[in-house]
Amino acid sequence: MRIMSATIKASQGAPYSRIYGVGGERGNRVVDNAEMCTIIDSSDEWIQQRTGIVERRWATEDQTPLSMALAASRKAIERSGIDPAQIDAVLVATGSHTRQFPSLAVSVAAGLGLKDPAATDLSAACAGFCYGLSLADSMVRTGTAKNVLIVGVEILTRQTDFTDRGTAFLFGDGAGAVVVGPSETPGIGPVVWGSDGESADVIWSDDWNEAFASGKKPVIHMEGNKVFRWATTFIAEKTAEALEAAGLKPEELDVFIPHQANNRITDSMLRRMHLPESVVISRDIRQMGNSSAASIPIAMEALLESGDAKSGDTALVIGFGAGLVYAGQVVVLP
Amino acid sequence: MATTEEIRTQLADIVNDVAGVDQTDVQLDKNFVDDLDVDSLSMVEIIYACEEAFGVSIPDEDAKDLKTVGDAVSYIERAQA
Repeated sequence: MRIMSATIKASQGAPYSRIYGVGGERGNRVVDNAEMCTIIDSSDEWIQQRTGIVERRWATEDQTPLSMALAASRKAIERSGIDPAQIDAVLVATGSHTRQFPSLAVSVAAGLGLKDPAATDLSAACAGFCYGLSLADSMVRTGTAKNVLIVGVEILTRQTDFTDRGTAFLFGDGAGAVVVGPSETPGIGPVVWGSDGESADVIWSDDWNEAFASGKKPVIHMEGNKVFRWATTFIAEKTAEALEAAGLKPEELDVFIPHQANNRITDSMLRRMHLPESVVISRDIRQMGNSSAASIPIAMEALLESGDAKSGDTALVIGFGAGLVYAGQVVVLP
Repeated sequence: MATTEEIRTQLADIVNDVAGVDQTDVQLDKNFVDDLDVDSLSMVEIIYACEEAFGVSIPDEDAKDLKTVGDAVSYIERAQA
Protein backbone atom coordinates (compact mmCIF):
# COMPACT_ATOMS: atom_id res chain seq x y z
CA MET A 1 0.00 0.00 0.00
CA ARG A 2 1.28 3.48 -0.90
CA ILE A 3 1.57 5.86 1.97
CA MET A 4 2.10 9.04 0.00
CA SER A 5 0.89 9.85 -3.48
CA ALA A 6 3.55 10.81 -5.98
CA THR A 7 4.52 14.46 -6.32
CA ILE A 8 3.89 15.93 -9.74
CA LYS A 9 6.15 18.45 -11.36
CA ALA A 10 4.95 22.00 -11.92
CA SER A 11 6.07 24.20 -14.77
CA GLN A 12 8.25 27.22 -14.09
CA GLY A 13 8.62 30.19 -16.31
CA ALA A 14 10.36 33.50 -16.68
CA PRO A 15 10.59 35.98 -13.78
CA TYR A 16 8.56 38.55 -15.71
CA SER A 17 6.89 39.13 -19.04
CA ARG A 18 6.54 42.09 -21.39
CA ILE A 19 5.12 43.14 -24.72
CA TYR A 20 7.67 42.85 -27.53
CA GLY A 21 5.77 44.16 -30.54
CA VAL A 22 2.40 45.63 -31.48
CA GLY A 23 0.64 45.75 -34.83
CA GLY A 24 -2.69 47.06 -36.02
CA GLU A 25 -4.93 46.77 -39.04
CA ARG A 26 -7.90 49.04 -39.68
CA GLY A 27 -10.93 48.58 -41.85
CA ASN A 28 -10.19 49.85 -45.37
CA ARG A 29 -13.16 52.17 -45.69
CA VAL A 30 -13.22 55.59 -44.00
CA VAL A 31 -16.79 56.60 -43.13
CA ASP A 32 -17.12 60.17 -41.91
CA ASN A 33 -20.03 61.59 -39.96
CA ALA A 34 -21.52 63.21 -43.06
CA GLU A 35 -21.80 59.79 -44.72
CA MET A 36 -23.08 58.30 -41.46
CA CYS A 37 -25.87 60.86 -41.48
CA THR A 38 -27.09 59.58 -44.85
CA ILE A 39 -27.83 56.31 -43.00
CA ILE A 40 -29.22 57.59 -39.70
CA ASP A 41 -31.00 60.77 -38.67
CA SER A 42 -28.16 62.48 -36.81
CA SER A 43 -25.58 65.23 -37.23
CA ASP A 44 -21.82 65.59 -37.23
CA GLU A 45 -22.09 67.93 -34.22
CA TRP A 46 -24.30 65.53 -32.23
CA ILE A 47 -22.01 62.55 -32.85
CA GLN A 48 -18.82 64.45 -32.11
CA GLN A 49 -20.21 66.05 -28.97
CA ARG A 50 -21.38 62.77 -27.47
CA THR A 51 -18.60 60.44 -28.56
CA GLY A 52 -15.71 62.37 -30.10
CA ILE A 53 -15.98 60.28 -33.27
CA VAL A 54 -15.08 62.22 -36.43
CA GLU A 55 -14.82 59.22 -38.72
CA ARG A 56 -14.73 55.47 -38.33
CA ARG A 57 -13.15 52.61 -40.26
CA TRP A 58 -15.33 49.91 -41.75
CA ALA A 59 -14.11 46.62 -43.12
CA THR A 60 -14.59 46.24 -46.85
CA GLU A 61 -16.17 43.04 -48.17
CA ASP A 62 -12.81 41.40 -48.78
CA GLN A 63 -11.75 41.94 -45.15
CA THR A 64 -12.62 39.27 -42.61
CA PRO A 65 -11.80 38.84 -38.92
CA LEU A 66 -9.17 36.31 -40.04
CA SER A 67 -7.58 38.53 -42.70
CA MET A 68 -7.39 41.48 -40.33
CA ALA A 69 -6.09 39.35 -37.44
CA LEU A 70 -3.36 37.97 -39.70
CA ALA A 71 -2.32 41.40 -40.97
CA ALA A 72 -2.06 42.81 -37.44
CA SER A 73 -0.26 39.70 -36.17
CA ARG A 74 2.36 39.77 -38.93
CA LYS A 75 3.25 43.35 -38.05
CA ALA A 76 3.38 42.59 -34.32
CA ILE A 77 5.59 39.53 -34.81
CA GLU A 78 7.95 41.31 -37.19
CA ARG A 79 8.33 44.25 -34.80
CA SER A 80 8.82 41.94 -31.83
CA GLY A 81 11.94 40.41 -33.36
CA ILE A 82 10.75 37.07 -32.02
CA ASP A 83 11.13 34.05 -34.27
CA PRO A 84 7.58 32.89 -35.12
CA ALA A 85 8.72 29.34 -34.41
CA GLN A 86 9.10 30.40 -30.77
CA ILE A 87 5.46 31.50 -30.46
CA ASP A 88 3.77 28.63 -28.70
CA ALA A 89 0.38 30.11 -27.78
CA VAL A 90 -2.24 32.17 -29.58
CA LEU A 91 -5.12 33.96 -27.85
CA VAL A 92 -7.73 35.74 -29.96
CA ALA A 93 -10.20 38.07 -28.26
CA THR A 94 -13.21 38.62 -30.48
CA GLY A 95 -16.95 38.89 -30.63
CA SER A 96 -16.95 38.81 -34.41
CA HIS A 97 -16.03 35.22 -35.22
CA THR A 98 -19.21 33.76 -36.65
CA ARG A 99 -18.90 30.16 -35.59
CA GLN A 100 -18.41 28.49 -32.23
CA PHE A 101 -15.67 26.19 -33.49
CA PRO A 102 -13.04 25.82 -34.74
CA SER A 103 -11.85 28.96 -33.00
CA LEU A 104 -10.47 31.92 -34.91
CA ALA A 105 -7.23 31.43 -32.98
CA VAL A 106 -6.45 28.11 -34.68
CA SER A 107 -6.99 29.70 -38.09
CA VAL A 108 -4.76 32.62 -37.16
CA ALA A 109 -2.06 30.20 -36.01
CA ALA A 110 -2.34 28.18 -39.21
CA GLY A 111 -2.38 31.30 -41.36
CA LEU A 112 0.86 32.45 -39.73
CA GLY A 113 2.42 29.03 -40.21
CA LEU A 114 2.88 28.49 -36.47
CA LYS A 115 3.51 24.87 -35.65
CA ASP A 116 1.42 23.29 -32.89
CA PRO A 117 0.80 26.30 -30.64
CA ALA A 118 -1.85 26.26 -27.92
CA ALA A 119 -4.68 28.31 -29.43
CA THR A 120 -8.06 29.51 -28.22
CA ASP A 121 -10.49 32.40 -28.45
CA LEU A 122 -11.49 34.62 -25.56
CA SER A 123 -14.99 35.95 -25.08
CA ALA A 124 -14.70 39.08 -23.00
CA ALA A 125 -16.10 41.70 -25.37
CA CYS A 126 -14.31 45.05 -25.14
CA ALA A 127 -12.19 43.76 -22.25
CA GLY A 128 -10.93 40.79 -24.29
CA PHE A 129 -7.53 42.19 -25.14
CA CYS A 130 -6.71 43.02 -21.52
CA TYR A 131 -7.99 39.62 -20.40
CA GLY A 132 -5.59 38.15 -22.94
CA LEU A 133 -2.70 40.26 -21.68
CA SER A 134 -3.25 39.02 -18.16
CA LEU A 135 -3.47 35.39 -19.23
CA ALA A 136 -0.38 35.71 -21.41
CA ASP A 137 1.55 37.28 -18.54
CA SER A 138 0.59 34.35 -16.31
CA MET A 139 1.42 31.81 -18.99
CA VAL A 140 4.90 33.19 -19.59
CA ARG A 141 5.66 33.48 -15.88
CA THR A 142 4.41 30.00 -15.06
CA GLY A 143 6.14 28.49 -18.06
CA THR A 144 3.07 27.15 -19.85
CA ALA A 145 4.13 29.21 -22.86
CA LYS A 146 7.31 30.97 -23.94
CA ASN A 147 5.84 33.57 -26.24
CA VAL A 148 2.15 34.37 -26.65
CA LEU A 149 0.47 36.11 -29.55
CA ILE A 150 -2.62 38.04 -28.44
CA VAL A 151 -5.01 39.45 -31.01
CA GLY A 152 -8.10 41.59 -30.55
CA VAL A 153 -10.20 41.66 -33.70
CA GLU A 154 -13.69 42.90 -34.50
CA ILE A 155 -15.94 43.54 -37.46
CA LEU A 156 -18.86 44.82 -35.42
CA THR A 157 -20.38 46.64 -38.38
CA ARG A 158 -21.66 43.22 -39.46
CA GLN A 159 -23.63 43.07 -36.18
CA THR A 160 -24.74 46.69 -36.13
CA ASP A 161 -28.37 47.78 -36.16
CA PHE A 162 -28.27 50.59 -38.72
CA THR A 163 -31.79 51.65 -37.75
CA ASP A 164 -30.65 52.40 -34.17
CA ARG A 165 -29.47 56.00 -34.14
CA GLY A 166 -28.01 55.44 -30.66
CA THR A 167 -25.40 52.86 -31.76
CA ALA A 168 -25.21 52.79 -35.58
CA PHE A 169 -22.48 55.44 -35.78
CA LEU A 170 -20.39 54.02 -32.96
CA PHE A 171 -18.48 51.04 -34.25
CA GLY A 172 -15.28 50.65 -36.24
CA ASP A 173 -13.64 47.50 -37.60
CA GLY A 174 -10.06 46.45 -37.01
CA ALA A 175 -7.50 44.18 -35.42
CA GLY A 176 -4.61 44.76 -33.05
CA ALA A 177 -1.99 42.25 -31.95
CA VAL A 178 0.92 42.01 -29.54
CA VAL A 179 3.53 39.39 -28.75
CA VAL A 180 4.20 38.81 -25.05
CA GLY A 181 7.40 37.02 -24.03
CA PRO A 182 9.82 36.52 -21.15
CA SER A 183 11.61 39.44 -19.54
CA GLU A 184 14.17 40.08 -16.80
CA THR A 185 12.25 43.16 -15.66
CA PRO A 186 8.50 43.60 -15.03
CA GLY A 187 6.63 44.63 -18.19
CA ILE A 188 3.04 43.75 -17.36
CA GLY A 189 1.61 44.86 -14.02
CA PRO A 190 -0.96 43.05 -11.88
CA VAL A 191 -4.38 42.85 -13.50
CA VAL A 192 -7.47 44.34 -11.90
CA TRP A 193 -10.41 42.51 -13.40
CA GLY A 194 -13.90 41.24 -12.77
CA SER A 195 -17.40 40.71 -14.10
CA ASP A 196 -21.01 41.46 -13.25
CA GLY A 197 -23.41 39.06 -14.92
CA GLU A 198 -26.34 40.75 -13.17
CA SER A 199 -25.82 43.54 -15.68
CA ALA A 200 -25.86 41.32 -18.76
CA ASP A 201 -28.75 43.40 -20.11
CA VAL A 202 -26.81 46.64 -20.39
CA ILE A 203 -24.84 45.74 -23.53
CA TRP A 204 -25.80 42.57 -25.36
CA SER A 205 -26.00 40.80 -28.66
CA ASP A 206 -29.19 39.09 -29.80
CA ASP A 207 -29.44 35.37 -29.24
CA TRP A 208 -28.40 34.11 -32.67
CA ASN A 209 -30.92 31.25 -32.79
CA GLU A 210 -33.77 33.57 -31.93
CA ALA A 211 -32.64 36.21 -34.40
CA PHE A 212 -32.26 33.80 -37.30
CA ALA A 213 -35.54 32.06 -36.45
CA SER A 214 -37.28 35.39 -36.87
CA GLY A 215 -35.42 36.05 -40.12
CA LYS A 216 -33.22 38.79 -38.66
CA LYS A 217 -29.53 39.44 -38.33
CA PRO A 218 -28.33 39.31 -34.70
CA VAL A 219 -27.34 42.83 -33.68
CA ILE A 220 -25.81 44.68 -30.75
CA HIS A 221 -27.91 46.61 -28.24
CA MET A 222 -26.79 49.04 -25.61
CA GLU A 223 -28.30 51.09 -22.79
CA GLY A 224 -25.96 54.00 -23.43
CA ASN A 225 -26.61 56.02 -20.30
CA LYS A 226 -26.23 52.97 -18.03
CA VAL A 227 -22.95 52.02 -19.70
CA PHE A 228 -21.79 55.60 -19.36
CA ARG A 229 -22.58 55.71 -15.67
CA TRP A 230 -20.87 52.38 -14.99
CA ALA A 231 -17.78 53.34 -16.97
CA THR A 232 -17.42 56.77 -15.42
CA THR A 233 -17.84 55.60 -11.84
CA PHE A 234 -16.98 51.95 -11.17
CA ILE A 235 -14.52 51.55 -14.04
CA ALA A 236 -12.83 54.85 -13.23
CA GLU A 237 -12.17 53.50 -9.74
CA LYS A 238 -10.87 50.20 -11.10
CA THR A 239 -8.58 52.07 -13.47
CA ALA A 240 -7.06 53.91 -10.54
CA GLU A 241 -6.69 50.55 -8.74
CA ALA A 242 -4.76 49.08 -11.68
CA LEU A 243 -2.32 51.98 -11.49
CA GLU A 244 -1.94 51.47 -7.76
CA ALA A 245 -1.52 47.71 -8.17
CA ALA A 246 1.51 48.37 -10.36
CA GLY A 247 2.97 50.55 -7.62
CA LEU A 248 2.91 53.68 -9.77
CA LYS A 249 1.90 57.16 -8.71
CA PRO A 250 -0.14 59.15 -11.25
CA GLU A 251 2.86 61.36 -11.98
CA GLU A 252 4.95 58.31 -12.87
CA LEU A 253 2.56 57.24 -15.62
CA ASP A 254 3.43 58.16 -19.21
CA VAL A 255 0.42 57.03 -21.23
CA PHE A 256 -3.27 56.22 -20.65
CA ILE A 257 -5.00 54.01 -23.21
CA PRO A 258 -8.55 53.30 -22.07
CA HIS A 259 -10.75 51.17 -24.30
CA GLN A 260 -11.86 53.58 -27.02
CA ALA A 261 -15.56 53.39 -26.17
CA ASN A 262 -16.39 57.06 -26.10
CA ASN A 263 -14.29 60.20 -25.59
CA ARG A 264 -16.80 61.44 -23.04
CA ILE A 265 -16.10 58.36 -20.92
CA THR A 266 -12.38 59.10 -21.18
CA ASP A 267 -12.97 62.76 -20.22
CA SER A 268 -15.02 61.78 -17.20
CA MET A 269 -12.45 59.18 -16.09
CA LEU A 270 -9.75 61.83 -16.29
CA ARG A 271 -11.75 64.22 -14.11
CA ARG A 272 -12.03 61.52 -11.47
CA MET A 273 -8.51 60.14 -11.68
CA HIS A 274 -6.61 63.44 -11.54
CA LEU A 275 -3.88 62.29 -13.90
CA PRO A 276 -1.23 64.96 -14.45
CA GLU A 277 -1.20 66.94 -17.72
CA SER A 278 1.99 65.15 -18.74
CA VAL A 279 0.18 61.85 -19.28
CA VAL A 280 -0.50 61.17 -22.98
CA ILE A 281 -4.15 60.23 -23.47
CA SER A 282 -5.28 58.07 -26.37
CA ARG A 283 -8.13 59.58 -28.41
CA ASP A 284 -7.93 57.09 -31.25
CA ILE A 285 -11.73 56.76 -31.31
CA ARG A 286 -11.84 60.04 -33.26
CA GLN A 287 -10.55 58.33 -36.40
CA MET A 288 -11.54 54.74 -35.64
CA GLY A 289 -14.86 54.48 -33.86
CA ASN A 290 -15.24 51.88 -31.13
CA SER A 291 -13.52 48.67 -32.24
CA SER A 292 -14.20 46.72 -29.03
CA ALA A 293 -11.49 44.11 -28.34
CA ALA A 294 -9.23 45.65 -30.98
CA SER A 295 -9.28 49.23 -29.74
CA ILE A 296 -6.43 49.18 -27.22
CA PRO A 297 -3.69 47.54 -29.33
CA ILE A 298 -4.72 49.64 -32.35
CA ALA A 299 -4.51 52.79 -30.23
CA MET A 300 -1.18 51.65 -28.78
CA GLU A 301 0.29 51.23 -32.26
CA ALA A 302 -1.00 54.66 -33.29
CA LEU A 303 0.62 56.41 -30.30
CA LEU A 304 3.95 54.71 -30.96
CA GLU A 305 3.82 55.50 -34.69
CA SER A 306 2.94 59.16 -34.14
CA GLY A 307 5.73 59.55 -31.60
CA ASP A 308 3.31 60.66 -28.87
CA ALA A 309 4.46 57.60 -26.91
CA LYS A 310 7.76 55.79 -27.03
CA SER A 311 9.15 52.36 -26.33
CA GLY A 312 9.72 51.87 -22.61
CA ASP A 313 6.92 54.22 -21.56
CA THR A 314 4.53 53.00 -18.88
CA ALA A 315 0.97 52.76 -20.17
CA LEU A 316 -2.21 52.16 -18.21
CA VAL A 317 -4.68 50.12 -20.27
CA ILE A 318 -8.21 49.12 -19.34
CA GLY A 319 -10.89 47.32 -21.31
CA PHE A 320 -14.55 47.27 -20.26
CA GLY A 321 -17.75 46.19 -21.91
CA ALA A 322 -20.52 43.67 -22.40
CA GLY A 323 -20.89 41.22 -19.55
CA LEU A 324 -20.33 43.43 -17.83
CA VAL A 325 -16.60 42.65 -17.75
CA TYR A 326 -13.43 44.64 -17.31
CA ALA A 327 -9.68 44.18 -17.03
CA GLY A 328 -6.90 46.71 -16.66
CA GLN A 329 -3.17 46.78 -16.01
CA VAL A 330 -0.05 48.87 -16.47
CA VAL A 331 2.29 47.73 -19.24
CA VAL A 332 5.65 48.83 -20.54
CA LEU A 333 5.24 49.82 -24.18
CA PRO A 334 7.24 47.79 -26.71
CA MET B 1 -29.31 71.58 6.84
CA ALA B 2 -28.10 73.22 3.69
CA THR B 3 -30.18 76.14 2.44
CA THR B 4 -31.69 76.23 -1.04
CA GLU B 5 -29.03 78.73 -2.08
CA GLU B 6 -26.21 76.61 -0.70
CA ILE B 7 -27.47 73.60 -2.64
CA ARG B 8 -27.86 75.68 -5.80
CA THR B 9 -24.32 77.03 -5.46
CA GLN B 10 -22.84 73.57 -4.97
CA LEU B 11 -24.90 72.23 -7.88
CA ALA B 12 -23.69 75.13 -10.02
CA ASP B 13 -20.09 74.09 -9.31
CA ILE B 14 -20.89 70.52 -10.35
CA VAL B 15 -22.61 71.64 -13.57
CA ASN B 16 -19.65 73.87 -14.31
CA ASP B 17 -17.16 71.06 -13.70
CA VAL B 18 -19.03 68.49 -15.79
CA ALA B 19 -20.47 70.58 -18.63
CA GLY B 20 -18.49 73.83 -18.54
CA VAL B 21 -21.59 75.95 -17.88
CA ASP B 22 -20.94 79.29 -16.15
CA GLN B 23 -21.97 79.05 -12.48
CA THR B 24 -24.01 82.26 -12.65
CA ASP B 25 -26.22 80.73 -15.38
CA VAL B 26 -27.24 77.83 -13.14
CA GLN B 27 -30.39 79.43 -11.70
CA LEU B 28 -33.48 77.67 -10.35
CA ASP B 29 -35.70 78.46 -13.35
CA LYS B 30 -33.18 77.14 -15.91
CA ASN B 31 -33.88 73.97 -17.84
CA PHE B 32 -30.77 71.77 -18.02
CA VAL B 33 -31.28 70.74 -21.64
CA ASP B 34 -32.98 73.77 -23.22
CA ASP B 35 -31.31 76.62 -21.34
CA LEU B 36 -27.96 75.25 -20.22
CA ASP B 37 -27.32 72.93 -23.20
CA VAL B 38 -26.52 70.00 -20.91
CA ASP B 39 -26.86 66.72 -22.81
CA SER B 40 -27.97 63.32 -21.54
CA LEU B 41 -24.44 62.07 -20.81
CA SER B 42 -23.59 65.15 -18.79
CA MET B 43 -26.86 64.71 -16.89
CA VAL B 44 -25.74 61.20 -15.91
CA GLU B 45 -22.52 62.66 -14.52
CA ILE B 46 -24.28 65.54 -12.79
CA ILE B 47 -26.73 63.20 -11.08
CA TYR B 48 -23.94 60.94 -9.89
CA ALA B 49 -21.87 63.89 -8.66
CA CYS B 50 -24.94 65.17 -6.76
CA GLU B 51 -25.40 61.78 -5.10
CA GLU B 52 -21.80 61.93 -3.90
CA ALA B 53 -21.77 65.61 -2.94
CA PHE B 54 -25.12 65.68 -1.14
CA GLY B 55 -25.15 62.12 0.20
CA VAL B 56 -28.48 61.31 -1.43
CA SER B 57 -29.68 58.58 -3.75
CA ILE B 58 -31.31 59.60 -7.06
CA PRO B 59 -32.67 56.54 -8.89
CA ASP B 60 -32.91 56.63 -12.72
CA GLU B 61 -36.71 56.85 -12.65
CA ASP B 62 -36.51 60.02 -10.54
CA ALA B 63 -33.52 61.46 -12.38
CA LYS B 64 -35.43 61.68 -15.64
CA ASP B 65 -37.97 64.04 -14.05
CA LEU B 66 -35.34 66.56 -12.97
CA LYS B 67 -35.77 69.00 -15.85
CA THR B 68 -34.75 72.27 -14.21
CA VAL B 69 -32.14 73.35 -11.71
CA GLY B 70 -35.03 74.05 -9.33
CA ASP B 71 -36.31 70.45 -9.75
CA ALA B 72 -32.90 69.12 -8.80
CA VAL B 73 -32.45 71.48 -5.84
CA SER B 74 -35.86 70.67 -4.35
CA TYR B 75 -35.31 66.94 -4.92
CA ILE B 76 -32.03 67.18 -3.00
CA GLU B 77 -33.69 69.23 -0.24
CA ARG B 78 -36.42 66.61 0.17
CA ALA B 79 -33.94 63.74 0.05
CA GLN B 80 -31.80 65.34 2.72
CA ALA B 81 -34.75 66.16 4.99
